[in-house]
Amino acid sequence: MKLATKLRIVVLVGAVTVVELLCRIGWISAFTMIPPSQMLVGLWGLLTAGRLHTDIYRTLTAVCIALGSAIVVGAAVGAIVHALPRLRRTVDPLLAAYYSVPVFVFYPMFIVMFGLNDTPKVMIGFLYAVAAMIINTLNGLDRVAPVLLKTAKIFGMNRVSTMFRVVLPSAAPYLFTGVKLAIAYSFIGVIGSEFILSSGGLGYQIGFAYHDFNNRTMYAIILFILSLVLVVNMSLHAWEKVLMARRGLH
Amino acid sequence: MTARGTTRFLRSRTLDFLIFIACFLGLWQLAHSWGGDVAMTTPFGTLDYTLRLLGAAEFWPHAIATGNAFIVALILACTAGILIGAALGFHRLSGEVAEPILVGIYSIPKVTLYPIILLFFGIGISAEIAFGALHGVIPIILFTMNAVRNIKPVFVKTGRVMNLDAWAMLRTVLLPATLPEVFTGLRVGFALTLIGTLLSEMFGSRRGIGFMLMNAIGLHNMDVIMSLTFMLVAFAGTVNAFLLFIDHRLHRRA
Amino acid sequence: MSDAHVVLKGVTRFFVRGGGQEPLHALGPIDVELRAGEFFGVVGPSGCGKSTLLDVIAGLTRASDGQVVINGAAVAGAVPEGVGVVFQDDASFPWLTVWDNIAFGLRRKRVDSADVRKRVSNALTLMGLTEFANAYPAQLSGGMRQRVCIARTLVLQPRLILLDEPFGALDQQTRLLMGDELLNLWRQTGATVLLITHALDEAAMLSDRVGVMSARPGRFLEIVETGWPRNRDSTIVSSPDFGAITSRLWTLLRAESLKAMQHQTRAG
Repeated sequence: MKLATKLRIVVLVGAVTVVELLCRIGWISAFTMIPPSQMLVGLWGLLTAGRLHTDIYRTLTAVCIALGSAIVVGAAVGAIVHALPRLRRTVDPLLAAYYSVPVFVFYPMFIVMFGLNDTPKVMIGFLYAVAAMIINTLNGLDRVAPVLLKTAKIFGMNRVSTMFRVVLPSAAPYLFTGVKLAIAYSFIGVIGSEFILSSGGLGYQIGFAYHDFNNRTMYAIILFILSLVLVVNMSLHAWEKVLMARRGLH
Repeated sequence: MTARGTTRFLRSRTLDFLIFIACFLGLWQLAHSWGGDVAMTTPFGTLDYTLRLLGAAEFWPHAIATGNAFIVALILACTAGILIGAALGFHRLSGEVAEPILVGIYSIPKVTLYPIILLFFGIGISAEIAFGALHGVIPIILFTMNAVRNIKPVFVKTGRVMNLDAWAMLRTVLLPATLPEVFTGLRVGFALTLIGTLLSEMFGSRRGIGFMLMNAIGLHNMDVIMSLTFMLVAFAGTVNAFLLFIDHRLHRRA
Repeated sequence: MSDAHVVLKGVTRFFVRGGGQEPLHALGPIDVELRAGEFFGVVGPSGCGKSTLLDVIAGLTRASDGQVVINGAAVAGAVPEGVGVVFQDDASFPWLTVWDNIAFGLRRKRVDSADVRKRVSNALTLMGLTEFANAYPAQLSGGMRQRVCIARTLVLQPRLILLDEPFGALDQQTRLLMGDELLNLWRQTGATVLLITHALDEAAMLSDRVGVMSARPGRFLEIVETGWPRNRDSTIVSSPDFGAITSRLWTLLRAESLKAMQHQTRAG
């Protein structure tokens, strides 16, 4: 294991230990934060009692719908825009500016339009994730080296064949980056929306527990979401590095 | 207009952009005729209401409250971000240790941390500033760290061959070399700090544009909602376009 | 020796490696004397420590053992006055125009602006860059960027000029022309020049003497005298002596290059 990894583990474990101690001796009051160990115990209790199941299901369903649509629509739009240079020239500056706009401001608009059900949060998740997918699809298609396309022609491959045997595999690492970002953004969009205003879901439950002064439940759910999202994101990140390294990219 | 001039205009980006805007406005208008006033306001109606809002007395206290929180958060994020990022960039090991942690924080739904911030700071402008700054500081740290790491060794060698003292090296070589990438970080940090500030107001606040937005949901006040949304998008979009312009000029030289 | 400009005695360089490995013996021992005003070429197989040799002479890094003396003063850890270096990598500052790049060193030394203007104009003319004075390096080709770096070094009028494969990224024809320019500058300034190159013909054509280095750890196998007149240019490639010198260099180098190739690991 590299030195940096060892140090990082020490830093993280150290930080958690310090927080645990500060909570236990009362320097951090129980009204502000409970000890990490109690967060774990609380989470275990909630999960085994089945109290979180409905909300987990609700949040994950919303994330999956947002994610699935973002990937499909994003890849399709990316491919179309890539094929039409004039459209691309118009759309490029908008894509560059996309993430400067606070996407969450559209949430109230969607709530008034569609009601306080799951549709608005799925739409926010979708809006967040789709741009990352479009941008990375464009990037991946851009980076197919012209010399590879020339090679395909020399081998007498038709357009469909070239697309599936040369373009797609060539662009695959970048498409993977797009999917990785889409996953992270879908979570951010859905859970953020649930948190601000919703009728259910994990984000909503955090807000509810906060207003209810229920630190035990609140921290348990926060811990759950953070663990879930971190495990998913970090695994994808590690996988992406392997894919990129194999290609000699960074 | 000459024949050549006409052809050039028909192929130009300005025309493309105008067509795009026209299509967008057209779709907007169509959506309105399909959904009615309850679903959304028309483009013209939105513009009209926006102008009225800007003249209304109740609007400005909220706008100023948001503005204050945002500016303080931005200053904090930029200062802390650049200092920490530079330190992590120069000290390789610390940078290596910290980077995955920072990337991890970058990727989580930071709203989940907001209740913790509220518990520590209490409800009020400090929590909003802290939350906004938290959003903005991470990309600034990451970009600055990378910028420092990527300083070409040959630049430092050149400075040493010319016997530059530490201050001259910093001022004439290190700072200009890192500027393009640091600026990109600041640009991203700007957008994210804005999101963070608005988000904090949308959850638990009694003033601010975020609060105005959430308040209008209960009253089913589509005029206000679409107006504020339009204003925020226009603000963020315009500032970002300007920052992007500077960004491109800096990178073109690099 | 009274006309010795640079003297190296027993110069060695070790690099410390982590993970409990033995230090890497990268260079030396090197013993050589550069005469004032001579053009000294250095050739050697990859990884033999040529760039390390340049770093040590310039004072960019300390020798692990031995001594470097320039004009009678020992070099230790700092770059002495009057030393100019042109690096292998493009060192032109992308945020400055060509003019500002060349003026950089002069301004740091607080040379007054009328003097700066005169010297930079001369350098631009000398390097054929006058019409690009207001361009940025990003708008220039690799060869022109190297010319900017050379101009930036020359304008400070160094007595010792060290060049580390300055024409490495250029095509053969451009290299020959740049070689002619370099000879011109050398004659005009009267400086002592040390040129590191992997191109044997370039070393043979440009140098008064060529030091041939062994594979790592690099030491001088032999120092070949070319005997060229001072007024030479690239047309000497047609002289029969040129073939003999180049062939001598290759005879010395061939076995060393094979050794170096066997040492190479996968790139990156």
